[in-house]
Amino acid sequence: MNVGTLAFLFIMTIFVNQALAAPPIKIGALFSVTGPASFLGEPERNTAQMVADEINRSGGIKGRQVQLIVYDTQGDSTKAVQAATRLIRQDHVSAIIGPSITGDTMAVIPIVEKAGVPLVSCAAGIKITEPVKSWVFKTAQNDSLAVAKIYEYLARHKIKRVAILTVSDSFGSSGREQLKLNAAKYGIQIISDDTYGPKDTDMTPQLTKIRNSQAQALICWGTNPGPAIVARNAKQLGVKIPLYMSHGVSSKKFIELAGDAAEGIILPSGRVLVADLLPNSDRQKKTLLSFVKDYQNHFKKEGDHFGGHAWDAMMLVKTAIERGGDKPSDIRAQLEKIRNFPGIGGVFTYTPKDHSGLNKDAFVLVEIKGKDWVLVH
Amino acid sequence: MNFASQILQYLLSGLSTGAIYSLIGLGFAIIFNSTGIINFAQGEFVMLGGMLTYFFLSVVKVPFAAAMLLAVITSTATGVIFERLAIRPLKQPTHLNLVIITIGGSIFIRGLAMIVWGKDTHTIPTFYGSAPITLEGATILPQHLWIFGITFLVIIINKLFFFYSISGKAMRACAYNRNAASLVGIDVKRMVLFSFAISSSMGAIAGMIAAPLTMTSYDVGIMLGLKGFCAAIIGGMSGGIGTVLGGMILGVLESMGAGLISSGYKDAIAFIILLLILFVRPQGLFRKAETERV
Repeated sequence: MNVGTLAFLFIMTIFVNQALAAPPIKIGALFSVTGPASFLGEPERNTAQMVADEINRSGGIKGRQVQLIVYDTQGDSTKAVQAATRLIRQDHVSAIIGPSITGDTMAVIPIVEKAGVPLVSCAAGIKITEPVKSWVFKTAQNDSLAVAKIYEYLARHKIKRVAILTVSDSFGSSGREQLKLNAAKYGIQIISDDTYGPKDTDMTPQLTKIRNSQAQALICWGTNPGPAIVARNAKQLGVKIPLYMSHGVSSKKFIELAGDAAEGIILPSGRVLVADLLPNSDRQKKTLLSFVKDYQNHFKKEGDHFGGHAWDAMMLVKTAIERGGDKPSDIRAQLEKIRNFPGIGGVFTYTPKDHSGLNKDAFVLVEIKGKDWVLVH
Repeated sequence: MNFASQILQYLLSGLSTGAIYSLIGLGFAIIFNSTGIINFAQGEFVMLGGMLTYFFLSVVKVPFAAAMLLAVITSTATGVIFERLAIRPLKQPTHLNLVIITIGGSIFIRGLAMIVWGKDTHTIPTFYGSAPITLEGATILPQHLWIFGITFLVIIINKLFFFYSISGKAMRACAYNRNAASLVGIDVKRMVLFSFAISSSMGAIAGMIAAPLTMTSYDVGIMLGLKGFCAAIIGGMSGGIGTVLGGMILGVLESMGAGLISSGYKDAIAFIILLLILFVRPQGLFRKAETERV
């Protein structure tokens, strides 16, 4: 045999090997990596990639490598719809995780329902899984649970009259809706209902009005930087009533932006922020601590509440594929059977009637003391 | 807490926001007056003032005063480079071309800031003192006093420059009649450069004094630029007291509207005022109507 024939045979064996190697499992991801919701999309994309790499390093799922295909929706529902269509028609993914925000998710739902591809969203809007849709699941806690957590605390402390200050985007208006819906159930009366724009830099007019009212507590619902400005303005105006925030600011960035004004603020958060303060008996503690450590090693930043949504989505899909294979309908069926899965956002139990998987124990109340988080009991 | 102190609070908050709008508006007016174009990138110089101060302070770690100086110098340099590269080479300087170029420039500067500094919001410390000051039931922060003081100083220096120095008078001459000015020996191209330099440094100063209160990020320029533009329109694009009053009026109306009517309409108020002025009195509140004889 001459060199040419040897080379030809060598190349052929490589081709044959490739053909025999099992095709990768394709999982699509839609995240708002750039744009106004990038504080959600970027940690989510990082986390999803980190989980995919780790799965592949330990041999893949049932010997097959995972291929994560990420598209950036830029927080724009039109782009989300285009990307979802591409994932399904061109990339032939078995499941889609994301999108990061409720607006994008609601736009993508009709597409996945029609195509029969399971969607595990990382967004919080309660409308995503209520009413239940057979192909749609979510990992982020409902904002109604966060509201319940705050109201429960207020009722326990005999606070009856609250003022609410919400941002005018979809996160804030969803929170406002839940705040108004659930107030009566906890004996709470909303005596002042104000809003602010996502890019506003001065909330002193609204806070002056609130300071003059009979409110006993102020609940601010928004994502950075607005609530930080609210906290600082409140301190400047000498607003004496206690300030409560939403889980939208459950990251160290809020404390950094609000500075001294953050002291004493109470908010609901996923357990990931206070992982090391939890009792050892907590079912999530082990998962939480390893997630925080992994994220820190990979990205030199603290793993936060938002990246956790993507971790949960990836791991839930992985578990479903391990149990049932990677056909979209099998993944869907296995997801519905998941019980007591300890994730980052909480302990997940999906049923045919409940595709959000969490209850109000998914949140803990934390207080900001000395520029750090402290568990509130 | 009575109604009077509530109104006083709205007034004070509104005046301090208004001072920022005035400075930005003056930037628009100066360039408009010497070149006849609206520089829609003005808002980005405001953003650069704040972001560069953060950058020099927290990343390069120079002392605060040096960081501020460097921020203003870098912003001015950016303004000059922008004029040289984007405005001067134009062979056909029609208004439409120039407007589109300045809009493109603003998007470019914003994108560059996003790539270099990321999308996060950043804080810079207040200048001196942080305890609130109470005044008849309304409170302001020392930073607000700094804002009023510095705005006042900049306006006075502006007025002195434009009315009592040769370069200032030359720039005003260009505004009245470009051809005539160049006929009497004024280097019009150099005056255009000066006007960009002055506007970008004023924008940077506005950004710097506001950032300790409002925090800064790569996209604060959009809204601030628009509001400053409104202030300039209300003032009739005058290089002096008209635009200042325009900014103050805008700030106070916004604040009152948010407090008394509804906070959701805050931005709407600014733009409704802009539309009303453009429909009813397009020369601004403080200028006499101009007519041109053909």
